[in-house]
Amino acid sequence: MATKSTTAQSTLNITAGNRSKLAETTVKFAMILCAVVAIAVTIGIVLSLIFEALEFFKKIPLTEFLFSIEWSPQTAIRSDQVAAEGKFGVIPLFTGTLLISAIAMCVATPLGLASAVFLAEYASKRTRDWVKPMLEILAGIPTVVYGFFAALTVAPFIRMTGGSMGLEVSSESALAAGLVMGIMIVPLISSLSDDVINAVPQAMRDASLGLGATHSETIKQVILPAALPGIAGSLLLAASRAIGETMIVVMAAGLAANLTANPLEAVTTITAQIVALLTGDQEFDSAKTLSAFALGLLLFIVTLALNYISLRIVKKYREQYD
Amino acid sequence: MTNTEVNFLKGQKHLTRRYRAEQRFQWMGRAAIAVSLTFLVFMVSSIFWQGKGALITTKIALTVDLSAEMIDPANIKGASFDKIIKLALRAEFPEATKRKQKKKLYALVSSDAGFQLRDQILENPALLGANQTIWVSASDDVDMLMKGHIDRDKPQSRRRLDDQQISWIDALSVKQVFNTGFFTNGDSREPELAGILSALVGSALSLLICFALSFPIGIMSAIYLEEFAKKGRWSDLIEININNLAAVPSIVFGLLGLSIFLNIFGLPRSSPLVGGMVLSLMTLPTIIIAARASLRAVPPSIREAALGMGASPVQATFHHVAPLALPGFLTGTIVGMAQALGETAPLLMIGMVAFIVDIPGSILEPATALPVQIFLWADSPERAFLEKTSAAIIALLVFLVLMNIIAIILRKKYEIRF
Repeated sequence: MATKSTTAQSTLNITAGNRSKLAETTVKFAMILCAVVAIAVTIGIVLSLIFEALEFFKKIPLTEFLFSIEWSPQTAIRSDQVAAEGKFGVIPLFTGTLLISAIAMCVATPLGLASAVFLAEYASKRTRDWVKPMLEILAGIPTVVYGFFAALTVAPFIRMTGGSMGLEVSSESALAAGLVMGIMIVPLISSLSDDVINAVPQAMRDASLGLGATHSETIKQVILPAALPGIAGSLLLAASRAIGETMIVVMAAGLAANLTANPLEAVTTITAQIVALLTGDQEFDSAKTLSAFALGLLLFIVTLALNYISLRIVKKYREQYD
Repeated sequence: MTNTEVNFLKGQKHLTRRYRAEQRFQWMGRAAIAVSLTFLVFMVSSIFWQGKGALITTKIALTVDLSAEMIDPANIKGASFDKIIKLALRAEFPEATKRKQKKKLYALVSSDAGFQLRDQILENPALLGANQTIWVSASDDVDMLMKGHIDRDKPQSRRRLDDQQISWIDALSVKQVFNTGFFTNGDSREPELAGILSALVGSALSLLICFALSFPIGIMSAIYLEEFAKKGRWSDLIEININNLAAVPSIVFGLLGLSIFLNIFGLPRSSPLVGGMVLSLMTLPTIIIAARASLRAVPPSIREAALGMGASPVQATFHHVAPLALPGFLTGTIVGMAQALGETAPLLMIGMVAFIVDIPGSILEPATALPVQIFLWADSPERAFLEKTSAAIIALLVFLVLMNIIAIILRKKYEIRF
């Protein structure tokens, strides 16, 4: 009797074991499925962009898109209208994007690096604990808020100041958008560079200080050169963020595709044009709508390349000291 | 002086210079931080300053004729409430006789005044039958005048209200009250009526979808990558993908949503469902990265103890490791949700930029989101929308601060240090 019940018990255990094994396989399978979502999303992005962009390049040749210097995507509704053919040259958009990003980097690089050096090398732990989160707030504020501030406070201010100095400033200047964007990416540079500076081995600091260098000399001549690859990586990452930033430029930089290097004029960017092309009424399959995907593909490739390079630099640098 | 003394003095000078450079260098760091933080404080306080006006609105008292002649008590809804309001205004100022003057007079009250009168009567039918004094919303121009945004000293032609209208307003009894409509109304073309409720509901629905998708998927992939995946080509590939996705510009996710979710799957345009799906793609990397860090912090001894007691790897993970890492999961998710709440660009791509008056009732109805509402209002030319925009930004920031505070509390309270 006793043996029989034990056998029954163990049969029960075996079926329970099988059931739990089945459950475990299901759980594991579900987990793999979830992990693959990340790959699926990337594939989805690449496929959707390439597919639509190919449609676009059937209508507008790739060479014209890349090398023509005029951008006016307004295709005519009726064939007899003036400018029946839109112009799809990406160069003015690219230079506009670069101009605004360059202004942003000119603001963010000194601010971000100086903050990072101060926080990593000079600040007491208490200051650090307070200031770091405060700087991080800048990164947490939605970009639409920066855009609103740039368009309604910074741009009129620059226009007024420029006017009083006899300069003609467009109401939607590249400068306003660039300045505000620069402040926005300060925390990105400062926190990444902070990590990099902290990763420089203490022995290097001690050696330099021991030879009689002051703290700032140590930083300038030993620590920053040692941290340079990592800092370059963080700057590239910040630049890719500036290139892909949308709301600030949509609200503050305008839509005029000027080919200019003057920061006081209105320029437009790739992201601002994507928004302009795809909001409002649109017919699908027109060159105008499809061009947004070609722009998106360009944006994706550029930011991906920047990220890839910066990650490689940071990774290579880390291997040196760890 | 001997040579040594000269050298000593030179050295002293050199040293002073170096110490001064040291000081300068330190102050540069302080100045950089000060510039960034001043900008932050200036931006936030200027938005608060502009936005506080939106919490106040102007009401005008009118003596309306609610006799049975005007409103049939048996059929209240059939009455012409606009006409009653207009008659009341004309009774107040009989001098307005010309068509143009009348039009100016009517422009003092909001176009919603008739509906407000109707609602008050429906709520309190006892008002019917006699002359009553009721309060209705003033138009946005009157509101701006009362808040001092319209300069009375400017020449008539450069103001939104002319001298006669201002004299009428001064003769009417006007009061400023708390603007409940801002929190209970949907969007409107009339600034005095526009509110953020429809945008808030749209945002909430989108975030709900975003959470429902990204939390389980993110946590499961983190657990898989951290606890089960063998280090190899596949896990490397997944890892590279996650890191790249975290750096892809948000607008690209919008393009993905437009071409795949809308055009291929045919999901409804402008709906919180699609908005939430797009946002979840963006929050996924944030959640996965945070969750993995949190799993890594759980010491191996926990796993080993569970396995030693006979638990299977899945049991060890789900019964012992994951619960310990849960606070970290939640913190990462809330931070990701806060990012999603502030995101605008991808929502523009999938058409959540429509003019939405009604409060969306389901995830399939057209909706807008709070940051998109801010974007729309920021484009409006009326002065009154400026303060509405700022007030909507304040609301958005309050929500973000709340979410982050919750995340910090969770981290502080439940964080387990091993």
